[in-house]
Amino acid sequence: MFEGLAGRLQDTLSKLRGRGKLSEADVNEAMKEIRRHLIEADVNFKVAKDFIEKVRVRAVGSEVLTSLTPGQQVVKIVDEELTQLLGGAQSRLEQSPQAPTVVLMVGLQGAGKTTHAAKLAMHLQKQGKYPLLVACDIYRPAAIEQLRVLAETTRSAFFSLGDQVSPVKIAAEALAHAKTHGYDYVIVDTAGRLHIDEALMGELQDIRSTVHPTETLLVVDAATGQDAVTVAESFHRQLELTGLILSRMDGDTRGGAALSIRAVTGCPVKFIGTGEKVDQLEPFYPDRLASRILGMGDVLTLIEKAQSVFDQDQAKVLEKKMMAGDFTLDLFLDQLQQVRNLGPLDQLMGLLPGMGKMKKQLSGANIDDKQINRVEAIIRSMTPKERNNYKLMDYNRKMRIAKGSGTSIQEVNRLLRQFEEMLKMMKQFSGMSQKMMKKGKKGKKAPFMPFR
Amino acid sequence: MALFDRIKAGLTKTRETFFNRIGSLLTGRRIDEDFFEELEEILLMADVGVNTTLLLIERLRQEVKHRKLDQSEQLRPVLREELSQLMKSEDQEMHFGRGALTVWMMVGVNGVGKTTMTGKLAHHYRKQGKKVLLAAGDTFRAGAIEQLKIWGERAGCPVVSHAPGADPAAVLFDAIAQAKADGTDLLICDTAGRLHNKADLMNELTKMHRVLTREIPDGPHEVLLVVDATTGQNAINQARIFKEATNVTGVVLTKLDGTAKGGVVVAIQHELGIPVKWVGLGEKITDLDEFHPDDFVQALFE
Ligand SMILES: Nc1nc2c(ncn2[C@@H]2O[C@H](COP(=O)(O)OP(=O)(O)OP(=O)(O)O)[C@@H](O)[C@H]2O)c(=O)[nH]1
Ligand SMILES: [Mg+2]
Repeated sequence: MFEGLAGRLQDTLSKLRGRGKLSEADVNEAMKEIRRHLIEADVNFKVAKDFIEKVRVRAVGSEVLTSLTPGQQVVKIVDEELTQLLGGAQSRLEQSPQAPTVVLMVGLQGAGKTTHAAKLAMHLQKQGKYPLLVACDIYRPAAIEQLRVLAETTRSAFFSLGDQVSPVKIAAEALAHAKTHGYDYVIVDTAGRLHIDEALMGELQDIRSTVHPTETLLVVDAATGQDAVTVAESFHRQLELTGLILSRMDGDTRGGAALSIRAVTGCPVKFIGTGEKVDQLEPFYPDRLASRILGMGDVLTLIEKAQSVFDQDQAKVLEKKMMAGDFTLDLFLDQLQQVRNLGPLDQLMGLLPGMGKMKKQLSGANIDDKQINRVEAIIRSMTPKERNNYKLMDYNRKMRIAKGSGTSIQEVNRLLRQFEEMLKMMKQFSGMSQKMMKKGKKGKKAPFMPFR
Repeated sequence: MALFDRIKAGLTKTRETFFNRIGSLLTGRRIDEDFFEELEEILLMADVGVNTTLLLIERLRQEVKHRKLDQSEQLRPVLREELSQLMKSEDQEMHFGRGALTVWMMVGVNGVGKTTMTGKLAHHYRKQGKKVLLAAGDTFRAGAIEQLKIWGERAGCPVVSHAPGADPAAVLFDAIAQAKADGTDLLICDTAGRLHNKADLMNELTKMHRVLTREIPDGPHEVLLVVDATTGQNAINQARIFKEATNVTGVVLTKLDGTAKGGVVVAIQHELGIPVKWVGLGEKITDLDEFHPDDFVQALFE
């Protein structure tokens, strides 16, 4: 299960065999590896240092469970601590005892505030609430227009006084408007600004003391680097944040910044943004982010990605067959074609657990369309019977298939071997994704296709 | 303007604390393990990344041994030299077309500053007397066309646009036709922000790029990847995949007016060979500067 970091840790800890206790020296060596890994995942240097110390203390002298290698044991501890530090799943907006509840969106330029203001409106509407979207970004060209269009898309009420009125005044009048018209949420979109811009930070403080937000949400790009700490700390100090929204989690970033921000502000991550569309807002699950930071592959990310491409009904059929261990070469062929639509293969593989090592081989092997074509040709040269039961395959059949597909018997053998391995992995995979899905949201098991 | 002065004052403060730290690292210190550890920390905190940092430190260690250095001051020029070497490129200048028309394309993930930089560049080259045209290649994001039009007005150049939701490749096609017809010197194409791991969106970008290649024999003359200085190691992935999709020729590093150092461009330059050509330093139309490797390195260290 723990390939990425665990693979490396295993090398580090290979001296320590079998069971027993983790020694201080072993642990220290492992911690170096983990620190490096965290920094590569954009966890802030100092946050990583503190975190490592905590893990180290816990790991030294801990029993290695029989079922785990020492490397896995360490990763398990890291994973648990990470999940804990990331906090519980609390993707709820607080409600003010007196309506309307004011939600203030703040953050750096380009973080995704406007889009997420609209997403929140939609989220609230789904719960039967009436939010008012307020355009307080009078600086960026067409920012008001952007929010207006988004409000139209989400069919939310929209409030603007143009760009010649001060944001403080706009917010105040919006609140009054919301009170008289019975809106229960006021979502204030503000201009992106630098945390060191005293004038503009002062403006936010003025808005705050005028409309008294229940929620002040910092929107942060999930791909932010080391500076996330400085930014979040500064915003928090000046505005007393109540929560975070991590935007662009649909990217392939590890998202270590979230850990840093959480560590320095203590604010919960309330939502994650997973796309440009207004309904792409999701609750935050610490365990999923923890495994993503560790590079253990976010099964659910893959599932979602796959879902957007795979035909739903087909996926259901496939899922059943996979569960039943009824996966055939025919289905494999099907998947091949669909996987092609998913994007670059090596990227895709990165999302799978247990693929850490293979990823390297993959990019080395240079898997491309041509290779997929050969695999396709081989499977197409099989009879339906053979495709349904690969165990039928004997020398004569293989020869025939090799000839028919213009490949060699070695290639046919290799494909069959891969397929067999895949079946094995699929069993692990389906067991695991079920486990993860219990914690996560409902989703379908993704068909997948390992290569070697 | 009072506001700008205040921003500047704020900046100076942060800069100072940072520089002071580096300053104290590089002055009056013995070069020992602690020294290297601190140096490593500074590089990592600047988003230079683990691999590049270790590489640099290894090179420095060798130099220290080789030249028998033991005082930190002696390392200052070596450090700057090594870093500059990683950052220097033969290809720092902007590329112009051999024919009458030059075409550039702006690409990058969402919100990094593509549209703003399009406006800034338009202004910059218009001031040099060029006839500039902009193409509103972001037909997807709400308000994007409107936003570019405002920048066009500010820069004093026309904008070719279609309706929201239109095919962006068609916008580019029309823009080229107009540019050819009215004797434009420089056409800059804005595009919608997109995450590099979305295959369909990257294909769309490739398609747009292809229009430019097809319509302009030696074009596009520049594909600029805009990178936000606050971005961490993911920027390397961004650069790699955008390069595959559109043959990126240069990086624009924006938002350097904040506290982020943008150290990840060292890795982008070193690993992918894409030179940084411009930096963005704010939201005003004049807040841009050509990239000077030496200045950048200096800002990292002194
Ligand atoms: N502080 C600062 N802000 C910048 C800089 N460049 C752009 N911005 C701001 O960053 C935000 C996003 O800029 P845009 O130009 O809209 O970015 P974009 O890449 O075109 O965004 P999309 O088209 O939505 O992907 C805006 O608020 C800009 O004003 C810069 O150099 N410094
Ligand atoms: Mg734009």
